[in-house]
Amino acid sequence: MGWLDWMLLLARIVLTFFMLLFALVIVIWLERKFIADMQTRPGPLRAGPRGVLITLADGMKLFFKESFVPTLADRPVYLIAPILAVVPAFLAFSVIPWGTHVTLFGREIPFQIADLNIGILWVLAMTSMTVYAVVLAGWSSGSNYPLLGSVRSSAQMISYEVGMGLALISVLMFTGHLKMSEIVAGQGGYYWGFVPRWNFIPQFPAFLLYLIAGLAETNRPPFDLPEAESELVAGFHTEYSGWRFAMLYLGEYLNTITVAAIATTLFLGGWRGPHPSFLPWLWPIAWFALKILVIFYVYVWIRGTMPRIRYDRLMAFGWKLLIPLGLFWVLATGTIVLLPGLYGSRGRLVAVGLIVGIGMLLLLAADVLERPRSRSREGASP
Amino acid sequence: MAELIVFWVFAPLAVASGIAMLLQRNAVYSALFLVVNFFALAVFFLMLGAEFLFAVQIIVYAGAIMVLFLFVIMLLGVDREERLVEPIRWQRPLGIFLGVGITAEIFAAVRAGVGFAAKAPGGFALVNQGGNAQAIAKVLFTDYFLPFEITSILLIVAAVAAMVLAHRRRGAVSGPPPAGPARPQPDREAEVAG
Repeated sequence: MGWLDWMLLLARIVLTFFMLLFALVIVIWLERKFIADMQTRPGPLRAGPRGVLITLADGMKLFFKESFVPTLADRPVYLIAPILAVVPAFLAFSVIPWGTHVTLFGREIPFQIADLNIGILWVLAMTSMTVYAVVLAGWSSGSNYPLLGSVRSSAQMISYEVGMGLALISVLMFTGHLKMSEIVAGQGGYYWGFVPRWNFIPQFPAFLLYLIAGLAETNRPPFDLPEAESELVAGFHTEYSGWRFAMLYLGEYLNTITVAAIATTLFLGGWRGPHPSFLPWLWPIAWFALKILVIFYVYVWIRGTMPRIRYDRLMAFGWKLLIPLGLFWVLATGTIVLLPGLYGSRGRLVAVGLIVGIGMLLLLAADVLERPRSRSREGASP
Repeated sequence: MAELIVFWVFAPLAVASGIAMLLQRNAVYSALFLVVNFFALAVFFLMLGAEFLFAVQIIVYAGAIMVLFLFVIMLLGVDREERLVEPIRWQRPLGIFLGVGITAEIFAAVRAGVGFAAKAPGGFALVNQGGNAQAIAKVLFTDYFLPFEITSILLIVAAVAAMVLAHRRRGAVSGPPPAGPARPQPDREAEVAG
């Protein structure tokens, strides 16, 4: 690699970093506007036109406030935790292709920092690191409410990571690639000439599973138990203030953007979309941003509609519903992928039949297993 | 050149974090140094071209196991000082003997297997041509299929055993009986934690 390639790589990293910061500013403002709209109130108004600069104003305020360290805090860990919240979130984004490519200085430059061979595994590795920020922040604060929040979050995030992994496995089995660029490339073309060949149509259960697990992974409502303000003051970041609190806050939104970006790349065709022929590199970026915004709107919508669920129900939902569903769907995807190759075109029919049959058997089994317990519970309560 | 710089950044880090993990009194700090160590090892995997191992190292070790480890440590309590007198007397000589033994064994195994060359063996790039993850999958699900499945059964057995041990029957008395000393006896607890 010559110096020009190094410079271009550096430029790409800086560009992605600032795009993410810009996205953060917009996304936080949008969430406040969306939620205000759902609660029939105007939302932020003062800073900039329609309050669009509210995030900047909040950020400035937090940077000039004192970042207080409690006496009982475990100092080194307390100081490291906010940094751990932000760095993996940025790193996870580095494998996501957020546009096609431009040709500069005779080189084809993709809008993606690194197209790793292990693409999606890299994202999983980095998102699994975000648990550390929450757990360490809560533990090191030397206070009871944050500790409770961090213990909750560690159990919640580990549980839902399994469901998320199962959703990802079935998509990867379906596409047959780990590389992000190839997953996007595999979603070109149309079914019947007009329906885009995006993964969320054949993989709809995995899509739902991923969105729900992503909601729990990013501690967003209705799964925001680590920071349930009605029970735990503010959960794991109760003792944080100033720019350290800002880092934790940013990390949370960055993770949300990353989850939406992965869902877009894996299920919604990434940057693909119909576009006119002028400025051919700009439209894919716009499509990518639009798809992320749609998922983000759904997340805000869920926040505006659903109450926070109770802790035992959260665990029961994750372990007894999402994970069995994920396992079943992995099995079903395996059948769909393999049987047509083994038995020709009739295999597709057999596959669908098998999936429906196994699904019904599972439902029956779940019903039989569940029945005695619910009956005894009814008998116990007068 | 770049590879050399990366190596000389991460090799001292790996050694230092390993030593710090052993010498640290505080169990949580010990766990954190272990995470740093795992990360440094993951970077070495990446440098050797074993990308899949890099990702698995971070996801499995640094991600899942370490979080569970922290969880357990927190529930056991960290602020208690570790007792310096060993309850089992013959543990130390046995530990030294086994430590020296496994070091010698690893040394011999590496020497017999790939040798101490600075570069990966020649066939490595050829095997990895279609992608590292694909190459590992091919070997794991053909030549090493039986060990792989047996390992997974072993893990399931361990999980089921843990569930059986942790499960309390409804109506049974849970925890220590209410009578007795109000404060837990420190000696007993140290033994359990150690």
